Amino acid sequence: MRATRERAVLLAAFALLALFPLLAGTFYLQLFAKIMIMAIFAMSLDLLVGYTGLVSFGHAAFFGIGAYALFVLSPQYAAASLYLSLPVAIGAAAVTAAVIGLLVLRTSGVSFIMVTLAFAQMLFYYVIGSKTLGGSDGGYVYVKPSTTLFGWTPVSLDHPAGFYYLVLAALAATYLVLRFVTRSLFGHALLGIRSNESRMRALGFATTGYKLAAFVIAGAIAGLAGYLDAAQFGFVSPDLFGWRLSGEVLMMVILGGMGTLYGSVLGAFALVLLQDGLTDVTRHWLLPLGLFIILAVLLLPRGLGGLLRRAEKAHG
Amino acid sequence: MSDGLAFFLIQVLNGVQEGLLLFLVASGLTLVFGIMGIINLAHGSFYMLGAYLVYALASFTGDLWTAILIGVPVAIVLGLALETLLIRPLYGRDHLYQVLLTYGLILVLEEIRSLLFGDDVHGVAVPAFLDFSIPLKDALTYPAYRLFLSALCLAIAGAMWWLIRYTRLGMAIRAGSTNREMVQSLGIDIAWVYRAVFALGVALAALAGMIAAPAASVFPGMGNDVLIVSFVVVVIGGIGSIKGAFLGALLVGLADTFGQIYVPQLSGMTIYVLMAAVLLWRPAGLFGRAGVG
Repeated sequence: MRATRERAVLLAAFALLALFPLLAGTFYLQLFAKIMIMAIFAMSLDLLVGYTGLVSFGHAAFFGIGAYALFVLSPQYAAASLYLSLPVAIGAAAVTAAVIGLLVLRTSGVSFIMVTLAFAQMLFYYVIGSKTLGGSDGGYVYVKPSTTLFGWTPVSLDHPAGFYYLVLAALAATYLVLRFVTRSLFGHALLGIRSNESRMRALGFATTGYKLAAFVIAGAIAGLAGYLDAAQFGFVSPDLFGWRLSGEVLMMVILGGMGTLYGSVLGAFALVLLQDGLTDVTRHWLLPLGLFIILAVLLLPRGLGGLLRRAEKAHG
Repeated sequence: MSDGLAFFLIQVLNGVQEGLLLFLVASGLTLVFGIMGIINLAHGSFYMLGAYLVYALASFTGDLWTAILIGVPVAIVLGLALETLLIRPLYGRDHLYQVLLTYGLILVLEEIRSLLFGDDVHGVAVPAFLDFSIPLKDALTYPAYRLFLSALCLAIAGAMWWLIRYTRLGMAIRAGSTNREMVQSLGIDIAWVYRAVFALGVALAALAGMIAAPAASVFPGMGNDVLIVSFVVVVIGGIGSIKGAFLGALLVGLADTFGQIYVPQLSGMTIYVLMAAVLLWRPAGLFGRAGVG
């Protein structure tokens, strides 16, 4: 009964997002595309934070890899093929996540937080120092990826609605993949690791392998989000690896409510809309945002998702 | 002394000075985690606050020492207030919420800085009696203030060692990091120890920012750079270990300085490579205890 209602709500939300381009102008299409990209990014982190108990504060590293992959693969004034560049971007993020994961998973708890941050920062400085990647100035992706396959172009990404639907499809695919992963035996093993890792080890699970697999999946999806971000804004800069973005996405996951996937989507909507609204009002928009976060931690211990669940309970 | 040797000596002095300054910041971070179990992302912001505080007070009083004498008590009061208002509700909660709240605190402190002081880069004058350079070789000199800075940091580190080794508070800190419940049952007010440790951490980070201000510049975002490097120091040294923070800070200071000379194109990365190497060798850090999460 509960599960069918949840499914109905999610399908309705998806239908609304699918119909949105019929009503909205370019500005809102772009804003919503940006929000959905952040939602993909946040869901990937939820797999680590909410399901595996790994608090990564360096998740932007893989977002940055995905974005820079598109930058590197795009010819200067021509389009890169979506079918070639997207898998490469996702693959590059996955490989990076595997290498970093092998190192960071030697630690746990609070060291894990610090070490993930430090590795993202290491990539940040690498990009700043690299001339071929544009250094601290970053670089431009002048032309959006092309969807042409054997002379047939299903949708033009230059059209705001076309790009919006690509992002919506990526969002839905990410949700379905992560839902499948988290409900599989593998996902239950991750939940077991989250609540008691030594017990899982005693039961015969090679927990490090499970954690590494989760880290790689999360990294790959973060790479997808980064790729879409670079495609949308046509610009990459070292800040895409930066700790501020890692912090923002972590906030989306926690504020939205961890371990639910759709909570991360809610968190992304809440935070980006809040940012967007605040920047219109004041140049010092980070001040109210920071106060909002502090108050949310003190007053909403279970995130926005928890608030919704409480409201649902109150209504029976 | 040959030119090469003098150059090398200057770099060693620079590296040690950078390391000692880092130690002041990292020691507070590692203490607050080791004793209170709190991960504090806003720790770097206290460093920035210290630098801006001394910039404002020095331009008002015209003297660095007066500025520091006023600034340190201000930092202590700020530390006590923050502990009471924001940190206390976080005791015993998941690290996640500590990360989130202190991240929010970074944003708030950064914007308050922007509102009060603007976003320009400032400088603080070196005190007149230290405003000279010591000649090492015809063209090579070393600024006296930097040497003084290293000496001051060493003195503070020594004072901390004395505090932790020989005072009642130090005893409570050491005992509290090993067994919280036992300390409480022995009748020591652990809440008081927490408050003191947090205020001490804030004061040390702010003091580091204050004395660093004349040697470097005062600029927006300076706290975040220091925070991340302090994390590296704490991870290398082992979380909760002051000894580890000291050794880690010196290693990081030297690696950073020599990295800038020998591998300039990768200079930002040297310390992270060092951290990765230490993690491969000893995942809990140089002085880390097994089991410390």
